[in-house]
Amino acid sequence: MADGERFNMEAAEAKVLVRDVNVFYGEKQALFDIDLDIGRNQVTSLIGPSGCGKSTFLRCMNRMNDVIDGCRVEGSIKVDGDEVLDAGIDPVQLRRRVGMVFQKPNPFPKSIYDNVAYGPRIHGLVSSQDDLDELVQTSLERAALWEEVKDRLHQPGTGLSGGQQQRLCIARAVAVRPDVILMDEPCSALDPIATARVEELIEELKKAYSIVIVTHSMQQAARVSQRTAFFHLGVLVEVGVTEQIFTAPRDERTQGYITGRFG
Amino acid sequence: MTDRGLQQHSGAEAVMHGSADKRANEEAARVRRRYRSEARFKAYGIAAIVVAISMLILLVGSIISTGWSAFYQYEIALDVTFEGSEIDANNPRTANYNGFIKSALRSQFPDVSGRKEKRKLYGLVSNGADLQAMQVVVDEPVKIGKTVRIWVLASDDIDSLLKGYIDRDLPEEDRRVKDTELEWIDQLKSDGRIRWSMNTVFWKSGDSREPELAGFWGAIVGSFFTLLVTLALSFPVGVLAAIYLEEFAPKNRWTDFVEVNINNLAAVPSIVFGLLGLAVFLNFFGLPRSAPLVGGIVLSLMTLPTIIIASRAALKAVPPSIREAALGVGASKHQVVTHHVLPLAMPGILTGTIIGMAQALGETAPLLMIGMVAFIVNVPGGITDPSTVMPVQIYLWADSPERAFVARTSAGIMALLGFLVLMNALAVILRKRFERRW
Amino acid sequence: MQIWALILILICLAAYGHVIGRRRAISFAAAKPALLHSLPFYHGAYLALWVVIPSLLAIALWLVAQGPIIESLIISGLNTDTQALSADRLSLVLNDIVNVASGDIPSREPTPEIAAAAQKFSELKKLSNLGMVVISLGLGIACLWWAKGKISAEFRARNQVERIFTIIMILASTIAILTTIGIVLSLLFEAWRFFLRIPLDDFLFGLQWSPQTAIRADQVGASGSFGAIPIFAGTLLITVIAMCVAVPLGLMSAIYMSEYASNRLRGVIKPLLEILAGVPTVVYGFFAALTVAPFFRGMGETVGLDVSSESALAAGVVMGIMIIPFVSSLSDDVMNAVPQTLRDGSFALGATKSETIRQVVLPAALPGVVGAVLLAVSRAIGETMIVVMAAGLAANLTANPFEAVTTVTVQIVTLLVGDQEFDSSKTLAAFALGLVLFFITLSLNVFALRIVRKYREKYD
Repeated sequence: MADGERFNMEAAEAKVLVRDVNVFYGEKQALFDIDLDIGRNQVTSLIGPSGCGKSTFLRCMNRMNDVIDGCRVEGSIKVDGDEVLDAGIDPVQLRRRVGMVFQKPNPFPKSIYDNVAYGPRIHGLVSSQDDLDELVQTSLERAALWEEVKDRLHQPGTGLSGGQQQRLCIARAVAVRPDVILMDEPCSALDPIATARVEELIEELKKAYSIVIVTHSMQQAARVSQRTAFFHLGVLVEVGVTEQIFTAPRDERTQGYITGRFG
Repeated sequence: MTDRGLQQHSGAEAVMHGSADKRANEEAARVRRRYRSEARFKAYGIAAIVVAISMLILLVGSIISTGWSAFYQYEIALDVTFEGSEIDANNPRTANYNGFIKSALRSQFPDVSGRKEKRKLYGLVSNGADLQAMQVVVDEPVKIGKTVRIWVLASDDIDSLLKGYIDRDLPEEDRRVKDTELEWIDQLKSDGRIRWSMNTVFWKSGDSREPELAGFWGAIVGSFFTLLVTLALSFPVGVLAAIYLEEFAPKNRWTDFVEVNINNLAAVPSIVFGLLGLAVFLNFFGLPRSAPLVGGIVLSLMTLPTIIIASRAALKAVPPSIREAALGVGASKHQVVTHHVLPLAMPGILTGTIIGMAQALGETAPLLMIGMVAFIVNVPGGITDPSTVMPVQIYLWADSPERAFVARTSAGIMALLGFLVLMNALAVILRKRFERRW
Repeated sequence: MQIWALILILICLAAYGHVIGRRRAISFAAAKPALLHSLPFYHGAYLALWVVIPSLLAIALWLVAQGPIIESLIISGLNTDTQALSADRLSLVLNDIVNVASGDIPSREPTPEIAAAAQKFSELKKLSNLGMVVISLGLGIACLWWAKGKISAEFRARNQVERIFTIIMILASTIAILTTIGIVLSLLFEAWRFFLRIPLDDFLFGLQWSPQTAIRADQVGASGSFGAIPIFAGTLLITVIAMCVAVPLGLMSAIYMSEYASNRLRGVIKPLLEILAGVPTVVYGFFAALTVAPFFRGMGETVGLDVSSESALAAGVVMGIMIIPFVSSLSDDVMNAVPQTLRDGSFALGATKSETIRQVVLPAALPGVVGAVLLAVSRAIGETMIVVMAAGLAANLTANPFEAVTTVTVQIVTLLVGDQEFDSSKTLAAFALGLVLFFITLSLNVFALRIVRKYREKYD
């Protein structure tokens, strides 16, 4: 596939530019020469069979792979022109700009309020209690959770239902005002109704944020995303407008995956 | 607040773009502060570990530095005349060897007079010197009637002086060794009548009131007998109990109760086991005081929870597929356990047992309760003889006022730690060599 | 050593039983081994067990019973004057008799009465031993003969043997419970006898502890110098000092090991810290008395403080060092149980490691850490040798760590070590203290283990 087809977005629209990214776990290479652009105020979904490297790729973008021993990332990832993989970049500040939502809802064992306020507090984003209250409220509103929890803000976040917990995690990520939100299969632990709520929420959030979502469900990718990238065995096989990927894939591996021949 | 506005005012973005407005400076200062607190926190962790480990080094270092001198002893050469007229050749043990030693000392220093001075002179050598002299005659009766140069142990004060623990420059009244004694010692030294040798007494004999004659062997043997009883009781009982609880017991309230009980028993203070031993085994059953038998029983009750818990863990680690395979070919449940599960779990069980035994070896408090603190000179010959054990012997020596017992105590601790290291090394080797990962 | 010979004979008899059991089983199925329900081995084992178990039980019963029976026979043979003596004196007389009989030197020249009794004692003893041998061997042989008759091709020897083993295993597993019952009963019984003499509230709330004077006072009617408050206060003071050392050091070590250290570093540090836990307490006691106490005393002198040479500080600090590995390994486990996803969630928000630990990991691990600290407290309260060797004997009621205080365990040891009459108030007081110690540590343990278990279940 020619390079031109991969970067089929106007440069002004690209929020994140990924070039020649290779990832190694010790001796084993997990990702091969990934080139990808993430559009501003768009949802980009990453699909592919298990173990194809889509989660690994996602975790490169906010350097969450730093936590893993023996993991090495090469290449270039630029968020708004700033190099992410540069050794001089502070992962702490980077992760403020590139937030993340995980597969399993992981609220801290604190109150709902403190869960959301945690990020703003450590980063010193607000100076007064009133500002913090307001920020918590807007974040919860943005995560479409405010109405459900406004009367019990000081009860533990772990007491919420699975879907509510996941939306709490989204509110928590939103509260530090990131530019990009990474979502690692955010609905895989949720029931269909909760999934629908989160998908609606993603639709809302993309107005303000650039979102990258890893998903196992092709229907979900089709529903929420504008662009879709298909990964296979550590290689980015094909990327394009979602509709095109699902209706007229260029690569036969993509074809095979979306028609259910493997994966 | 619009979304775009939010992003444009985001501090991090501003920093990344290198803008130098006030907010960015604040932000940068804040990040620096956060990293400083991060570094501080990490330093606390390192400091805690360094403190803990340096305490270990200090502990071991202080023991070794005070104890190594107990492994050698100074001896004094005396020309002893074994008067033929006073020794019965058929029964040489009955003679007054103390008299020979005293006269040898007197002839060595002929100008000493006065009872007080003479007593001081006799105090140069150990109280056990006569026994050493007797041994010479018993070994070689031809020496009767002759004058022989023999090396006898110096007394503990002289030994301490020669080892440099007594400061010669102190004023005489503050010093345990007086000026006349110093003169004698210097004269003996210049005559070549003083030497040091390895302390074999320490490894060969039982306790004594005289530091230079006190040995650790009695305590080692006592510990051996005690551990023998402990092992003989706690190993079979512990393993059988573990097998029952892990493989056979139904899951009901009774077995839950047994389990809670075992866990709590593991945390009962050891001295309480001593009270149990005193009240039940000594006063109720009338078993002998100070005996390894009772000590062993008490320690085995203490070790039992350790062995049961370790054995259960080892049994649990054997995968169920092996049990199913054996059951599948028609083995009974007991056969499955004895033929398959138990042999596979044995290394783990043995490791746990050795660790339990090491704990029992270092245990002191419960043995104090059942009278193993008595002053016992003889090396015990069986599990009902009165005896003491290594840690209790250490406690007894640590309580003695004589300066020379400090070194003995440290030496005893080194011996005890040596045994513990051996046992733990054995456990580690066993685990490394035989333990399987499934 | 006669008993060992007897047991050896029994083992031989059992081996013989095993052999004939096998033979007999094989003879039943000479043509087809498959006819047997159980392998010949089990028939042999069945016979061997029938030899050993009844006769061993008989020996055990005999050994327990013979002492009291012989004693009562001897007493009934004594003069009525002697029989009328108090229990204490009577036991002294009995002691003399036993000593004379075994040829040891008695406390005084034996009277004819005692000499005769000693003679009778040795005869009875001989008779008893003979009886034991005859009965146990006879029982063994009889059981062997009886069990042999049961062997046949259809006989379910394996099931029988397995049943016997199951019973043995159940008995083994109840020993832990018997131990607990033994502890509780012996402590309760002796403490009850103590509280008959000293009222419970005098003991629990009295401010004056001096058991020595009580022994003299005993003769004119014991009165309240068994007030345990100073002892409890001393125990508390030393425990608090120990915790002030152990909790920060242990917790920070655990945090560093579980969150910062690489696997290799962890592999070095962890065993080193565990050595601290493996050092016998008597060694710590010696270390405290020889090195640490003089050090604190010297420090005190240089800054003009009067530090006792048996200060609570020295004992407490050394005890704290001993407990460090206990706190650190338990908290390490607890923190490792905190799921990685929580840490990831915090990192993804841009938190630093220490922020994550302080604000997410530690709060999540808090119940487990509290449980670990409680277990450590119970350990410190029950620790004996360090305080026996480094803390004082004087029961001072003080909160000053530079003074000497005493603890529950120290008092138990000093009350019981040395020759005491067993039922003096002084000795019984040790059991009352033991009872308090047991229940305090037990409730701490039960409580802490419950917290830890609940915590584990939460994250499993």
